[in-house]
Amino acid sequence: MTWHRRHVLATDDWSRDEIEHVLRTTAAMAEVLGRPIRRTPALRGRTVILFFAESSTRTRVSFELAAKALSADVTNITASGSSVEKGETLLDTVRTLTALGGDVIVMRHAASGAPYFVAERTNAAVINAGDGWHAHPTQGLLDAYTLRAALGDLAGKRVVIVGDITHSRVARSDIDTLVPLGASVTLCGPPTLVPSAWRCGMAPRGTAYEPDLDRALTGADAVIALRLQKERQHSGLLPSIREYARTWGLTDERVARMRPDAPVLHPGPMNEGVEIAASVAHGARSLIESQVTNGVAVRMALLYLLAATPEAREPTAVDGSRTA
Amino acid sequence: MSLITDLTRDAARRGLITAPGFIDLHAHLREPGFEESETIATGAHAALAGGFTTVCAMPNTEPAIDSAGLIAQLIARGEAATAARVLPIAAITRGRRGTELADLIELAAAGAVAFSDDGSPVADAQLLRSALEYARSAGRPILEHPQDLALSGGGVMHEGAVSARLGLAGMPAAAEESAIARDLALAKLTGGRMHLCHVSTAGGVELIRRAKAGGLAITAEVTPHHLALTDEWVAGSRAFAWEDDGPRAAPYDTATKVNPPLRTAADVRSCWAGLMDGTIDAIATDHAPHASIRKDVEYQEAAFGISAFETAVPLLLAGIAAGWGTWDRVVDALTRGPAAVLGIDLPAEDLIVIDPRASWAPDAASLRSLGKNTPLLGRGLVGRVVAAVVGGELRLDMALA
Repeated sequence: MTWHRRHVLATDDWSRDEIEHVLRTTAAMAEVLGRPIRRTPALRGRTVILFFAESSTRTRVSFELAAKALSADVTNITASGSSVEKGETLLDTVRTLTALGGDVIVMRHAASGAPYFVAERTNAAVINAGDGWHAHPTQGLLDAYTLRAALGDLAGKRVVIVGDITHSRVARSDIDTLVPLGASVTLCGPPTLVPSAWRCGMAPRGTAYEPDLDRALTGADAVIALRLQKERQHSGLLPSIREYARTWGLTDERVARMRPDAPVLHPGPMNEGVEIAASVAHGARSLIESQVTNGVAVRMALLYLLAATPEAREPTAVDGSRTA
Repeated sequence: MSLITDLTRDAARRGLITAPGFIDLHAHLREPGFEESETIATGAHAALAGGFTTVCAMPNTEPAIDSAGLIAQLIARGEAATAARVLPIAAITRGRRGTELADLIELAAAGAVAFSDDGSPVADAQLLRSALEYARSAGRPILEHPQDLALSGGGVMHEGAVSARLGLAGMPAAAEESAIARDLALAKLTGGRMHLCHVSTAGGVELIRRAKAGGLAITAEVTPHHLALTDEWVAGSRAFAWEDDGPRAAPYDTATKVNPPLRTAADVRSCWAGLMDGTIDAIATDHAPHASIRKDVEYQEAAFGISAFETAVPLLLAGIAAGWGTWDRVVDALTRGPAAVLGIDLPAEDLIVIDPRASWAPDAASLRSLGKNTPLLGRGLVGRVVAAVVGGELRLDMALA
């Protein structure tokens, strides 16, 4: 297929072919990362601006490594180092970013929808690195890639996502990526942290709500635990962190209810002992480190698809479409 | 009266519709304090272009309209505009702070036609009770904004499947319904003239229907946008509630951010049903213009409000064309309904002329309001006000404009 998207804002309107194309390209990038010299010239002369208006180390570093592995020039604009915290509007920032002339803007923002705002007002390609509660498409794609590597075809596989679904961009992007690949998703978590519409017959296609974690995990093919933001307790949505951990925390005993070798994922950073026991996080089923490694490859794939020069697409360079 | 007779005859000959001048119970003209969003003059002209020959100005200005001097100033500005007739609404509480009553009897004497803290509910039920008692003595209605702020919280759109998908904080229908239930109880307790602003939920309509059936003398309004648009518009749909499919726009358009929020198609349907059976007395625009600086921001940061005067008629005509309402009932809810809420006679020398077949698309340059914040920009609409007479004087003539 030919890649035609200019931005990666969310995968909610992507076809299965598009997702497959990114996963194939990711495999090619993973191969690059396995070489002694982890670098390819595909984005030489291109500038990638990392605009993180919300603190994040892991995702930002992952994008930075991805851009550098493709030989792009990388500039960081972080919240603390920019004017965002001095009351500058997003519109002002967009004008500045556009004037700076970056080819790709990778952005993280606390407001759902902010990447759409930027994409409409800039000539650069925009990659959403997480917007509010809405989407984190590179996380969804890397989770799909990681699960594919572990489970093969996802058709008929059932993946449990447990935690604070309402406030999770990871959950939304996982749903939007795994369901088109044939998986079904069981959403599990406290009723106050799962959108009421999704508990009352209006759950997204391919998903179902199961409040009981033991039932959700029984016979499941994989589980993705979400990070619990401790401030949820103060907003009256949780009685206590302790109760949460007992009711919705992943333990060895619980994960044993899944199919043998069914993997455990977590987008990080983890609250060990809250949503996941340390023994599970670092146990045999854990793919959490693979997620981090695969994250770089997925981000390389997207940067490549959005910004590689035509010369870089010659057969001598990385060509994802030839790598199944 | 000859002008009105002539226009009526001419309109009939040309296949145009005439109606008594519309009365808008609920509009934000932003002056004083927010003149970059609207002024009394630009608002009065925009109202007229929408067919409203009388418009009631909400007092959530800076300063809030809570003194006789400010009322007098507003009346004078309205007259100077020579467009729609501008009637002042005064604040219920001093500075709209919701803590102590404004001088309601004095404000009524100065010309306030109603009282409202619109934009916010009067959260303190005891204070609202006192306001209803006082307003009753002053012979004026209380226009209450029914919203339970604890339930609506930080919500920026209707809470439902769409807000869940978009990852935006929602305002549940229950935030309006529980506030309406409280307001109905206070109306019953005081016998005051309670008017419920911008009812948007099926549950709210049903509560009012039952209260009226029980003999309670309350009134209610609905906006044109709550009679046509749905929460899917926040996700980029531009299909009316009665359409299965329609044009699309980018998601998170802040022009769709309004309070109360755009609800579901089922709510829209219930609002029409409530309008048709008389549960809802009036259609009011809740015209809420904003300068672009307050809308050209992240969705959660944007101001609430839709610039609504100039698109009211085509939205209502579209609903009628879809079979959800009738023209006669709509005209009644734009004329006699609001006049009865205010306790005034319909101005006999007001008339508007509508071209029901005129196809047009609103654009920023042609809207007379300074507020260009409508999700209908660029969307094809049918029906437009082409002339308006106020007090026997032709003040809008699109043939000349």
